[in-house]
Amino acid sequence: MNRPSFLRGVASAAIVAALLSPTSSLAAKGEHDPSPKRAWSFDGPLGHFDLASVQRGYAVYAQVCSNCHGMEHVHFGDLRGMGLNDHQAEAVAESHTVPDGAEGKTRPATLDDAFPTPPVAQGLTPGAVIPPDQSRLAVVYPGGPDRIYALLTGYGPPPAGVTEAKDTFYNRFALGRTIAMPPPLHDGSVVYADGTQATLDQEAQDVTTFLAWVAQPHLDERRRVGVRVTLYLLFLGCLLFILKRRVWSNVH
Amino acid sequence: MATAPSDHDTDCSEGRPAGALGWIGARLPVVGAFTREYVRFPMPRSLNVLWTVGAMLTVALALMLLSGLALALHYTPSAAGAFASIEEIERRVPGGWLLRSMHMTGASLFVGALYLHLFRGLYYGSYKAPRELLWLVGMTLFAMVLATAFAGYVLPWGQMSYWGADVAGKAIAAVPGVGPVLERMFLGGDHPGDGTLHRLFVLHFTLAFAVLGVVGMHIAALHVSGPGTPSGRPPAGPSETLPFHPYFTAKDGLALVVFALAFAAVMFFLPSLIVEPANYRPANPMRTPPNIEPEWYLLPFYGVLQSVPSKLGGLLASVGSILVLFAAPWLDVSPLRSARERPVYRAGMAALVVAFILLGMAGARHVQGVWLYVGQAATLYYFVHFLVLMPLISRREIAAAKRAP
Repeated sequence: MNRPSFLRGVASAAIVAALLSPTSSLAAKGEHDPSPKRAWSFDGPLGHFDLASVQRGYAVYAQVCSNCHGMEHVHFGDLRGMGLNDHQAEAVAESHTVPDGAEGKTRPATLDDAFPTPPVAQGLTPGAVIPPDQSRLAVVYPGGPDRIYALLTGYGPPPAGVTEAKDTFYNRFALGRTIAMPPPLHDGSVVYADGTQATLDQEAQDVTTFLAWVAQPHLDERRRVGVRVTLYLLFLGCLLFILKRRVWSNVH
Repeated sequence: MATAPSDHDTDCSEGRPAGALGWIGARLPVVGAFTREYVRFPMPRSLNVLWTVGAMLTVALALMLLSGLALALHYTPSAAGAFASIEEIERRVPGGWLLRSMHMTGASLFVGALYLHLFRGLYYGSYKAPRELLWLVGMTLFAMVLATAFAGYVLPWGQMSYWGADVAGKAIAAVPGVGPVLERMFLGGDHPGDGTLHRLFVLHFTLAFAVLGVVGMHIAALHVSGPGTPSGRPPAGPSETLPFHPYFTAKDGLALVVFALAFAAVMFFLPSLIVEPANYRPANPMRTPPNIEPEWYLLPFYGVLQSVPSKLGGLLASVGSILVLFAAPWLDVSPLRSARERPVYRAGMAALVVAFILLGMAGARHVQGVWLYVGQAATLYYFVHFLVLMPLISRREIAAAKRAP
C-alpha cells in the first residue's frame, strides 16, 4: 500500500533540486549525505509539539527565514495555535504590512491576512533561485525535519578538489551537496525573548520544530482525539464482543 | 396518532405493531419491509467473518457521503482556488482537518474493503445462479467507485492530482480516431485546468450519489436470493438459518467496531500510510514530477496499463481487466460453487491474488527493469485465469459430476 519512501523521496528531491540548485548537472547526480536521525518532541504516534520551541522557532522564522521565504497558506491568526493569545497574534500581524488594493498602497496586516510572500519568493528578482514556500515544507521536503535540521547545520568548507560555482554553497546534506541558500543561521543570529542561548544548534532545532508545526498545526489535536476515540471504541468493542457471545450462545 | 384503528390490525397477517409505527405502517410499506428484511430475514448460520465486510462498506459509504458533503461546502473547484481552499479546510475551518482526514482515510479503507468483498465473491462463487444480477450490479459499483476515487484525487489540485489527470487524459487520447476529442472533452481544454476541475468535481459528486442508488439495487438483489454460504450450498432448511436480528446485527456490529478501530488507527496515528506528501505541493504545469503514480488501489490497473508495450493495448488491457470480471458468471459454469470444494480453482485464486499484488508493485515501480517481465507475466496470468482456467476447470468439474452422479 505504502510505496517505498525512497521513490517518493526521489520524486520530490528532484523538484527541490530544481528549486535549490541552479546547476542542474550537479543536481542530476542527486547525491547527499544521509541526514542523521534526531529525536523530536513530535515524533511517534503519541508525541506532541514543544510549544516553547515552536515559539522560539517562529522568532527565527520571522527574523531570518521570512526575508526570503513565504508562507502563503498560513494566516497571522493561525499563530494562536502555537500558544499566542489574540493580542499577541494581533501585535505580530500589525508589525507586517500587506498590499491594500492597487497602486502599491499598503496597510498593517490583520489576523485574517496570510503571511506576505517576499519579492524574491514571488520570482520578482531576475536570475535569483526562488526560495520554496514554507507552509508545508516539513511535509514535502524529502527527509523531513531531520534533513531540514541537517541542512541548516551542514554548511562547511568544501573538501579538497571541490570548487563551488559562483553564488552556491557547499552543504553535504543538500542535493548534489550544493545549495543556493547562503548559510542562514549562526550563533547569535536571533535574540530569544525567553533568554535561551541562541546557538546555531538551538536555532536550527527551534526553527525546524516551528516548520514541522506549521506544516501540521493540528497534529497534537489529531493524536489527542485519536486516543479518546480509540479508548471509546475498545470499550464498545468489549461490550459488543460480550453481546455477540451471549446472543450466539444457544446456536452451536 | 398513537392509537391505530384496531380493525386495521386484523387484515395484517404479520402482526403490525401498534402505536405510531402501526400508524405509519398502515400508510407506508416501510415498517413491514424493515421487519421482513432486517429483523426476521433468514440468514445462513454458517456465514464467516468475510460476510461482515458488506456492513463495513455500507457504513463507510455513509461516512464518505457525509464528510464529502461537508467538505464540498468549503471547496473551490477552480485551478486558482482549489489548492488554497484545501489549505483553508485543513488549517482554519473548524474540524476541517478531521473531516478531510476522515474522507481521505475513508477512500482508502472503502476501496480496501471493496477488494476484500470482491475476493470473497470470487472465492466462494457468489456470482453463480441465481446471483448473476447481484454480481453485475456489484461490479458496476466497483467500476463506479474507482472512477469516483480517481475524480476525488484530482480535486485537491496538488502535483499528483494535476499529473494524474494529465496521464489519464493521455491514456484516453490513445483511443483510435476519437481519442483526441475524448481527451479534450475529459480535460475541458488542451491540458488539465479549470475545465478539468469543474468536470471532475461534478463527476465526483454525481457518481458518489449514484453509487448510493446502485447500492440500493445491490442490496435489493441480495435480499431476493439471500447471501451465499462458505460451503456453496444453500441452507437446507429453517434449522440452518437464523433471523437477521439479533444474531447478525450483533455480529456485524462487532465487525464494524473492529473496522472502526482500524480506521481510527490509520486516520489518527498512521496517516503516512495513505497520505501522499507530493500532493501537498500545489499543481505546477511547468514541472513534471519524475514519479507520477495513482493511489495504491489503482496501482494494479496502472501496472497493467504500463506492462503492455503499446498505448492503446495498455488502455484496452487495463479496461479489459475490469470488464472481464463482469463475465465471471458465464466463464465459470461449474456446478461447484465454493473454492473450498474446488482444489484447482483454489490454487488458481491464490495465484490470482499474488498476480494482482505483483501488478500493484510493478505499477509502483513503473515496470522498470525486471518489473516489466513481472508485470507482463502477472497481466498474462490475470487474463488466463478468467478466460482460460475458469472455463477449463468448469468443463472438468462438469464432466466429473456426470461420471459420479
